[in-house]
Amino acid sequence: MVPNHGSIGLRALICALLSICAAASIRPISDAHRSAALDLFVPSGGLFQSLEETYEALRTFQILGVGNFSDIGPATCPVIIDNLTSPASSPKDLFDAIRVNSILECQIGSQTFKDVAEKFQDLIKSTDKLMNFYYSILGLLHVKAQGVSVVLPDAEGVFYSIKALSQNDGRWQYDSNNAESSTCAAGIALEALAGVVSLADIELVQSKIGTIKHDIVKLFDSINSYDDGTLYFEEKHIDGSEYKGPLATTASVVRGASAFAAIVSEKLNIPGDKLVGIAKFLLSVGVPSSTKDLFNQIDSLSHIENNRISIPLILSLPSTVLSLTSKDQLEVEVTTVFGSAAPPLTVNLVRASSSDVKNNPILENQELQFDTEKNVHYLDILPLKIDIGKYTLEFEISLHDPENLNTYATGGHAHSLIFLTGLVKVDKSQIGIYDTDSESSASMLKLDFFKDDKISLVANHLQKLHLSFQLFTPLGNTIKPHQAFLKLRHESKVEHIFALESSSRQYKIILDFLALVEKFYYLSGRYDIELAVGDAAMENSFLHVLGYIDLDLPEPPERASRPPSLSVDPYARFGPKQEISHIFRAPETRPPKELSLAFLAFTLVPLGGFVIGLLTLGVNLKSFPSSSVHALFSLLFHAGIAAILLLYVLFWLKLDLFTTLKVLGLIGVFLIFVGHRTLSCLASTSAGKVKTN
Amino acid sequence: MLTFRELEFKMAKSSTSDAQALFRSLRSAYAATPTNLKIIDLYVVYAITTAVIQVVYMGIVGSFPFNSFLAGVLSCVGTAVLAVCLRIQVNKENKEFKDLPPERAFADFVLCNLVLHLVVINFLG
Repeated sequence: MVPNHGSIGLRALICALLSICAAASIRPISDAHRSAALDLFVPSGGLFQSLEETYEALRTFQILGVGNFSDIGPATCPVIIDNLTSPASSPKDLFDAIRVNSILECQIGSQTFKDVAEKFQDLIKSTDKLMNFYYSILGLLHVKAQGVSVVLPDAEGVFYSIKALSQNDGRWQYDSNNAESSTCAAGIALEALAGVVSLADIELVQSKIGTIKHDIVKLFDSINSYDDGTLYFEEKHIDGSEYKGPLATTASVVRGASAFAAIVSEKLNIPGDKLVGIAKFLLSVGVPSSTKDLFNQIDSLSHIENNRISIPLILSLPSTVLSLTSKDQLEVEVTTVFGSAAPPLTVNLVRASSSDVKNNPILENQELQFDTEKNVHYLDILPLKIDIGKYTLEFEISLHDPENLNTYATGGHAHSLIFLTGLVKVDKSQIGIYDTDSESSASMLKLDFFKDDKISLVANHLQKLHLSFQLFTPLGNTIKPHQAFLKLRHESKVEHIFALESSSRQYKIILDFLALVEKFYYLSGRYDIELAVGDAAMENSFLHVLGYIDLDLPEPPERASRPPSLSVDPYARFGPKQEISHIFRAPETRPPKELSLAFLAFTLVPLGGFVIGLLTLGVNLKSFPSSSVHALFSLLFHAGIAAILLLYVLFWLKLDLFTTLKVLGLIGVFLIFVGHRTLSCLASTSAGKVKTN
Repeated sequence: MLTFRELEFKMAKSSTSDAQALFRSLRSAYAATPTNLKIIDLYVVYAITTAVIQVVYMGIVGSFPFNSFLAGVLSCVGTAVLAVCLRIQVNKENKEFKDLPPERAFADFVLCNLVLHLVVINFLG
């Protein structure tokens, strides 16, 4: 049956849109992750930085199956016991301690567990914060796993309190005061609710579980996606102090959802494709470089691997560069996220299209064969006569057993990008010099790029250089490589680079020296000729020195541009720089010191003259008041004036205006008072004298 | 009748003798002024002399710290002006300020001088 053009066009359009962004190469968890775990989680003396990091390390080691706990146990157990028995431990410390203990299994008495359980139970009764509920409920679960019987008081009430913090869009609040909802909090709340259900061990009303399932579906509806089909969760409101990236948020939601899915009887209504998208996102992180990221990745992938909803199957290519020369086969692996074997299935290559020519698929509907020894699906591409280049492949997985569709998720079509490389043949290459008017009768030399003989040419500025060759792929088609450059380098290391033009059948370049005389800076002499041809799909990209050409160019006219000076050693920029000579304003010429001092003395001369004049006039100090009170005030008056003058001198020397004004205010008030007294008694005595006179 | 030359000589002699007579009369009149006014006059002369010396110095070395020069000259000239005002107010022959006690005038003089010198010191830099 011939598919009609409409559906071909639509499929091509979808394929074009999907292949715009290259599919990230995703590989399942491998030994690279295991060695990264051993490199990142390094205890010092058996102890990690905190109990939280201890738990992360131990859980990662446990899932990946690496690391030995023999030296961690003895060092960490005392810390755990200390945390559990100390009355000042916060709920988080108790929680961290007890969950590390469930991995390490230290020797702890049941009385300690009972006390811890009591603390948790008290916290549940008294708190309304989500994190406290989480620590206590999961802490009680761990205590119960140690064999101590625990009772969750008022399980329904706790369930309602946690549910009360949920929001309309499936997210949760951390506590009732904080109005912003958080996706991380949703994951934590779901884990806590699952803990409540498994602790209480009663049949909670189906409607209550139904609302939670509804919330989970709404939460999964708000999932974000990248262009290459990976799905992730992210916080909508970003709190500056505690930003958790997409990896931590997705891990939190995955933990919560899988914990809840484990305790409900029927499956959650989450499409398997979403789980495949989330698994691809977690794998696309690669090998993380921080302990928290590695723990989040490995822990959430282990929940995905073992979840009850559906187990994602990942399609990955061990190698994305295939060589036609070494007759590589296209190999595809389908595994779970941890690399375990998948159920029996068939991989179908739905379409292979070249990245350059998007609409015409090269291949369609090729079924891959399965190699049971190597556990890969393979396709022999040599008989298919595909040429070298870059291709987008679209795969489809079909499970053999329809029952497995309930357990496994294949995730629709998977896209991959591959390179097909091969040897490119160079043919009919020739180079020659000819005069401008006699193009056809040029004497061309044949070139062989892969032999070592160099050609030597002679030309003057009236002639032209012609170089041409043809490139063929292994299948005989012409190829347009990414790079085809001709470089002429003068003896003085001045270089000129030209790009070759491609016509339908060949690559050629014609250098007209008459037009290039000025570009070559009129430099005559020997030029080395180099040719560079390269492409990503070409295994034999080359850079050949073809030989040299002696160019005879005319003399440069006066105004010609000089060739650029040779670039100095690039490391010279790290050396010392040229010294900068700053230009300062020339200081004003000052008079010599002696002259200034002489004039200072000269200025004081009139003062001497004033004093002498006073004496000559016969000024008398007799009017100085004789009675002690008046004398005191007069003395204080003169002292005040002297103080102010002293203050002025200090102001000139070092004080600032504000201090001076403050002090001046004080002395001024004093002076006004004293002066008033002095002058009034002076006035009264003189008035009395006048009166008596 | 005197010749032109004799007339000239007589006039010159009389002009110089007029000048001398004028000078002598001024001196005698000045001697009659009260002592406190003479003190004030002496103070004014002192202040102006100091200002002139400063101007001469500036003329020699150039006006580089111009603000300092201005501060110095302002101090001298300002205090001279205030002293003149004091003289006007204290002079008993001045009918306008008859009711103003001289101590009050002196207090004003002191206060204004203090303010003037605060400004001068600030401007001195």
